[in-house]
Parts: sequence; structure tokens; C-alpha cells
Amino acid sequence: PFAPLSTIQDKLSRLALFFSREDFQRIGELAVNPLGDRIINAFFPDDKQSLDFRSFIRILACFRPTVKDKYADPNAAEPINSRSNKLRFAFQLYDQDRDGIISRGELIQVLRMMLEAQVTEDQLESITDRTIQEADLDGDGAISFEEFRKSLENINLEHKMSIRFLQ
Amino acid sequence: EKMGRDRSGCVARSALLTALALLLCCPVAGNTAEQDSHTEHGDSHGSNDTGFHIVTFRWEHVQAPYVIALWILVASLGKIVFHLSEKVTTVVPESALLIVLGLILGGIVWAADHTASFTLTPTVFFFYLLPPIVLDAGYFMPNRHFFGNLGTILMYAVIGTIWNAATTGLSLYGVSKTKIMGNLDAGLLEFLLFGSLIAAVDPVAVLAVFEEVHVNEMLFIIVFGESLLNDAVTVVLYNVFKSFVEVGPENVEGLDYFKGIVSFFVVSLGGTAVGIIFAFILSLITRFTKHVRVIEPGFVFIISYLSYLTAEMLSLSAILAITFCGICCQKYVKANLCEQSITTVRYAMKMLASGAETIIFMFLGISAVNTEIWTWNTAFILLTLVFISFYRVIGVVLQTWILNHYRVVQLEIIDQVVMSYGGLRGAVAFALVVLLDPKMPVKKLFVSTTIIVVYFTVIIQGLTIKPLVNWLKVKRSQHKEPLLNEKLHGRAFDHILSAIEDISGQIGHNYLRDKWTNFDRKYLSKIMMRKSAQISRDKILSVFRELNLKDAISYVSEGERKGSLAFIRSSSDVNVDFTGPRHSVVDSSVSAVLRESTSEVCLDMQAIENRTKSPKDREEIVTHHMLQQHLYKPRKRYRLNYSRHKLVRSDGEKQDKEIFQRTMKKRLEHFKPTKLGNNYTTKFRNMKKERAAKKKHSDAVPNGKLSTHSVAFQVKDSEAEDPSDGGISFLITPASNESDEIRAGIENPSFSVEEDQSDFQMIPPWMSNEETVIPSQRARLQIPGSPTNFRRLTPLQLSSRSIDSFLLADIPDEHPLSFLPESSM
Repeated sequence: PFAPLSTIQDKLSRLALFFSREDFQRIGELAVNPLGDRIINAFFPDDKQSLDFRSFIRILACFRPTVKDKYADPNAAEPINSRSNKLRFAFQLYDQDRDGIISRGELIQVLRMMLEAQVTEDQLESITDRTIQEADLDGDGAISFEEFRKSLENINLEHKMSIRFLQ
Repeated sequence: EKMGRDRSGCVARSALLTALALLLCCPVAGNTAEQDSHTEHGDSHGSNDTGFHIVTFRWEHVQAPYVIALWILVASLGKIVFHLSEKVTTVVPESALLIVLGLILGGIVWAADHTASFTLTPTVFFFYLLPPIVLDAGYFMPNRHFFGNLGTILMYAVIGTIWNAATTGLSLYGVSKTKIMGNLDAGLLEFLLFGSLIAAVDPVAVLAVFEEVHVNEMLFIIVFGESLLNDAVTVVLYNVFKSFVEVGPENVEGLDYFKGIVSFFVVSLGGTAVGIIFAFILSLITRFTKHVRVIEPGFVFIISYLSYLTAEMLSLSAILAITFCGICCQKYVKANLCEQSITTVRYAMKMLASGAETIIFMFLGISAVNTEIWTWNTAFILLTLVFISFYRVIGVVLQTWILNHYRVVQLEIIDQVVMSYGGLRGAVAFALVVLLDPKMPVKKLFVSTTIIVVYFTVIIQGLTIKPLVNWLKVKRSQHKEPLLNEKLHGRAFDHILSAIEDISGQIGHNYLRDKWTNFDRKYLSKIMMRKSAQISRDKILSVFRELNLKDAISYVSEGERKGSLAFIRSSSDVNVDFTGPRHSVVDSSVSAVLRESTSEVCLDMQAIENRTKSPKDREEIVTHHMLQQHLYKPRKRYRLNYSRHKLVRSDGEKQDKEIFQRTMKKRLEHFKPTKLGNNYTTKFRNMKKERAAKKKHSDAVPNGKLSTHSVAFQVKDSEAEDPSDGGISFLITPASNESDEIRAGIENPSFSVEEDQSDFQMIPPWMSNEETVIPSQRARLQIPGSPTNFRRLTPLQLSSRSIDSFLLADIPDEHPLSFLPESSM
């Protein structure tokens, strides 16, 4: 009898060395999360097959709630969990080819993932176009990181992209 | 379309009228039958000497059960009548309608007879009507959320109820001193007694109303949990003050107060303990019921009911007992029982609970028509109403302020408003007040006031809570119009966050939960879950592909069993139309769009319908609307689906299914280029082999249509002889004469289906040279109907460990995998 491959939680508790893609894919909830696979890919960039604990934690750290520290040294390096970095995480989910902008094609892909199956291609494209139109400030037909950030300035990111327990 | 609507309107109206007429006849019939029987009896008495009667009218013989059955019938008919009119039910909560119906019926009976023959007696209420409702609540309670918010719930239940009781009682007493209410023959203790019974929020009423108002799950759990758990406090306070009143205020000693406080702990913890013990017994028993599947559901009900009665016998909190029995046994019962039994339990429970609630409200109406109980004292009644509302608001605000310091997710103003306004009183208060000692002079006054309070909260507050919430919601949202981008990316963030939470497996305080899960895994589950359930839980952990296949197999077999082989046979139906009632939004007029967007009231601020007052653009609205409608909801939002009256499969299931298909399709694509032989087999473990070996082939095809050509593929571990390492058997069951259609019906661009497929089903994959994976049916097709089984794939509410939830949902012995043939290995 062999020992079954353990779950991520087990590994976490034993500070096991490596995660593989399969560990993530095994999580049921991710399979029904529209962005599930992309998120898994975020943990395994560039076709890496294994993930060490440190990298894992580094990505998780991005989701710590930000603490407004008035006395922070303005010259210090930006903390991992800053608002900007949270946005960057999301941005990178959209931007698969890492060219720094979300092109129309990429946005269509994401929208396809996030919308129900009954939405037709035409509707999808029109939504994409309007979305880009709304956010696109310099008129290049794509959304850069700055434009992305600007369009979301009213959203309470603290609430949406933070997990309390990490505090 | 208008004509059709008119016609159906006519039909509905006429049906309504005939139904109403029927309804009104029933009680009259019941009563006249009674009277008739008297005369009949007299007649037959006289003519008894003349010999044998072929047919006699023996009313008293059947009277008791007949009347009961008749009332249940009337109540249920009432429900049908209400639902005939859509408009009415969306505005008026059902409970209010039922009370009104009860009033009417009571009026009729009264007019016919001048006696109030039917009332809601506390015995009937507490022994027969309340347990099903509370059991239903406990059994379907989403445990994770419940225990996650347990601190909050306890605080509101205990401190809140004590606060309400004390302040109301004391205020009434204070006011009574000023003689505004006239000369009431009641002292401090009587008022405190009244306060304690009127203070408790009622689970029946809360559920009935909150069903109409879709609030976010956390809020629902808090209010609902509060209404359940405050029973202990109510029972203790009620009994304490009742005995004090009977003994007389002069005889109360200090020791009695102390005893009262101690009794609170004893009652609550004792009740909980009783519930847990019975849950344990229940789980243990269901472990062994494999061979008596037909009566399995019975155990659930009987043992839970016994827990209620036992607690009642020991004068502990019976509601707590049965609630915790339901809460604790959920997981094991669902793991142990066979699928049909689980469905039976669910439906039966819903039926009993819904029926009981209907009867309760109807009788609340009827019981009011009874001149003997009425004493009107305007000041008292008004003041009571004012006090309970006022103190509830203050109580909620204060407690929330305190709690928000400790809570991870804050409770906002809207939540507090809903909580205060949604604190409804109901039948429990009524039953308690009727139980008061009749010798108490103010009893009649209390009864009348309680009835008025209950009516007020259920009817008025129930009616207005939805518009109130709507108004508040709209007010909040008018600050800003969320942009398209905000909506879209906001939703994406929600998904990301849920994913991260799932990955890390933790939300909020989890030290306890982890400890509990470990303990449960190591000890409890071993004792209380069937071996098969445990095994499937452990071994399957290996590979996600297994999950996919198993799931696919189970799905196909479900499809077979349901006879929905249509999706295999007919190629034309394969691309199933998922569209719901709304097909294309694009060409609807602006007003139609806006009208359609009046969807359910949702307190969750992020899911706001954008009621733009000044649309920039028709297309803009349409786009917003489309996003609103069609964006997949993140996990939290759709999960909670508690409803007394419906066992609906939530939209979440359909969403899950779509996403799941897509995900699995993509993942399976990874297999395409890999050689089947080694990769595939080495990763497989045999979990079903023993089980498959046991089952006969004939079990395999329940609907008998595919008896001839079931083929089993067994992927063997080509290297080792390790028996425990055998392949997983999975089955593709095409009927031979359908094979052409099947091939035609399967459209999947990702998987190449070879041309030389005359015998392709017969060749096990490891022997074929093609690099194909035989994908699961589900991965290939778009599926027409979603199986009820699908829900069990990701029942998040069962367990915090994601894998566990997959597997707990998983297939027990008797499940569809029975179609696997004997192992031919």
C-alpha cells in the first residue's frame, strides 16, 4: 500500500517541498472557478512544473490586507501586498503574453471564461469593445496597466483582494 | 402573447374562485357534519331495533383523524390557490396570506357555530408542528457558515434575547406604574414573563419571510441562527419567571435567581449534548443500513424526533437538541445513505416542514377568532409594539458595534437594518403565552397582545421588508454607477479571491476547524461512516483525472438511468440550447430591459442591478445588463440556497457544470499528445475494482436498452502485477446499432475520432496505436439535463477541505458504477 499523494493542505502543514500542478488541479473548487486554470498558471509561470514553498508564499503574500502605515519609509521597496501589486496580479491573469497590455483578443478570452455559455460571439465582442472603449485613455485599442489601474480606482481593493487570515 | 396572457389570466381567475369556494365549504362541511352526526345518531338509535343497516354514517368514528386531515388539506389547498396568482405572492409573503386565510376560515366556523372549535394548542404545536421545521433547518444548515459565524450568532441569540426580554419587561412595568394602561393586575414578574416570551425571534416566521427577501448568506445565517439558538434563553427565562409568578413574588429567594442562571447553562448545553448524542446514534445506525435501504430515511426522522422528545422530557431545550442533531448528522448521513434515500429524506423533510409551517400560520389565523381570549388594551398593545421594535434596534446596533471589533467581515448598516427589521415574532410566542396559567388575571391581555404582535410582525413587517430593502439598496447604489470595467474586473477579483481562498484552504479563523477536521477524519468518520465511503474518500485523492473519469462515468450512467439517452442518440440534440427564458437581450427595448432587470432583491452590494436613470446609450444599458446577467457568479454568492418551500437546483449548478466541462476539456487536451500506455496507467489506482467485481452485469444497465453491447475498458498497469494497482474500469456503453449515430453525435474538435472505428470500442486503449484518450461522454458533449448528482461534485457546504467535499459527495456503493461488469482481469 502506498501513501496517497497528499493535498495541498497536508503539504502546507508539513512544509513539504514542492507542489505540482496536479495538486492544484485536484482542488474541486478550482475546477468550477472560471478563472481557475489561469490562477493555477499564475502559480506556475513559464511552464514550470513544480512550485516551491517560498514562491507559493510569495504569491499568497500578495493577498495580505494592506496596512496603512503613516510612518512607512517612502523610499522603502513597495510591499508585496500593496494595492499596485494586487492589481498587477490580476493584470497578469489577463495578459497572457506578457506584453504589458491587455489586447482585445486577450480580453475576449477572459470574457469568454467569465460569461455564461449562452452569450453569443457577437455579444461577447460587443461587450469587449465597450469595455476597452471605457478604459482606453490613449486610444490604442488595448488596456495598459496604467489604464487598468485608473479604471479601477474606485473599487475597494482591500476588501476584494485580501484574505484576512494572512495578517 | 397578450391574448395568451389574458386567457391564462381568465383561467387563473376562475380557478381561484372555484378553489376559494371549495375552501370555504370545507370547514362548514366539517361543522355541519358534526351537527348532522348528532341527529343521525339519534335517528339510528331509534331505528336500531329494526335490524341490520347496510350503510351507516359513522361520523364520530372517524372524527378526529378526519378533521385533522381536512385541515391539512385545506391548508395545502390554500397554498395552491395563493400561487395561482404570481403577482400576489411576490408582494405578500405566504405567511401573511395564510394568516388571513385562517382568519377567514375562523370567521366562517365562528359564524356557523359560534364556538371556536379549532385552535392551535400548544401540545400540537410543540410536539407535532415545530419539530419538522426545526429539523429541516438543522439538516440543511450550511455548517461551515454556521460555525464560522457562531460567535456572532451566540451573542445575538443569548445577549440579544436577554436584552430584549429585560428591557421590554421593565419598560412595560415602568409604564404600567404610571397608570396609562389602566389598572393592570400585574407585577414586575408578570411583565418580565411577558417580556421573555415576546422577545424571542421566531425561526418559523424568520424563514418564511427571508425566503422572499434574498439576503446574502452571512446575514441569513446570522438571523436564522439567532432565531434557532435563542430557544434556550427563551425556555429558561420563561420557565424561571413562570415559576416565580406562580410561587408569588414574595417567596422568591436569592438562591432562585442563582438557580435560574445555572439552569440556563444546563438547559442549553444539555440540549445541545442530547442532540449531538442522538446525531451520533443516527450516524452509527445509518452505517449499517445497507441492506434495509427502503427504511433508511425513516431512521433519520425517528431518531431526530426522539432527540427532541428526550430533551423535552429532561426539560432541556428541545429545539437546540433537534437542531444540533440535524447539524451534526448531516455529513455522515449523507455519506452513508444511498442516493435515493438521501433524496427521499430531503424531499420528505421539506414536505413536512413546509406543511407544518402552513398549518401553523393558518391556525394562527383561526385561533384569533375566539371571543374568549380577547381583551383590548390599546395602550398596552401599542406600547408593546413600540418597545419591542425600539429595543431590538438598539440591541442590534450595540451588539454589532461590539462585534465588529472582532469580526473578520464587518456587518454594515444595511445588515443591521435587516436584522432589526427582520426580527419577527411568531407561533412560538403564541404557544408560550397560551400555556400560561389561566388563573393569571392578565393572561387574556397577554394573549391578545401576543396575537397582535405576531400579526404585526409577520404581516406588516413581512410585507414591507422587501420594499424597504429595495429602497435602501437603491439608495446606496445611487452614489455611483459602476463602470463596465469595474463590474467585470470586480467580478474577476471575486473569482480570484475565492480561488486563493480555496487553494490555501482557509477562510478566517481556522485553527479550530483544522483541529476538528483532523479529529473527524481520524476518529469520527471511522466510526460513523461506511467503509466504502471512507475508502472512496481516501484513495481517490490520487489523480484529478480519476475524478474526471469517475464523474464522467457517473454522469453517463445517471443519464442512462434517467433514460435521457437522447443525448447519445440524436446528433441534432447534442448542441443543447442553454438559453433560458431570455434569449437575446440586444433587441429589447430599454424599458423592457429595465423591467427585466428588476430581479430578486439582493442585499449584496456588488451584485446591484444598475438602474440607470439616464442611460447614455441604449447599447450601454444592454451591455451592462448583459454583463449583469451573464457573468458567472463567484462561489460565495450563489451557494446558499436554503428554502423551506423549494428544493431547487440552484443556478450555481448549471454554472458549475459549464465551467467544469470547459475546464476538464482543457485539461484533457493535455493528454492528447501523450502516449496512453505509460502515462495513463501508472497513475491509476484501482478503487472500484473490488466493487466492480461484485456487481453483476445486469445491474449495469438499468433501463435495459443497452444490454447487449456494454464494453469495459480496463487500463491495466502494464508493469506491475500489483493487484491493488489495477486499472480503473470505465465503461462506454454504446448500443451497437446506435454506434453510427453516436459517432455522428459526438462533436468534439479537441479529440480526433478515428475513422476506422468499426471496432474501436472493442479495442482497449493500451492496445491501440492511436494516441487518443477516450474521453468521458460528458467531456465531449454538451449535456441536456444536469443530473442531481452533479451537485455532489462540489458541495462546498459539507466540508472545508476541498477534496473532502468532492469525495464526501462521492459515490457510495450502490451508485451508478454498478454498471461496471465483472472484472475480467
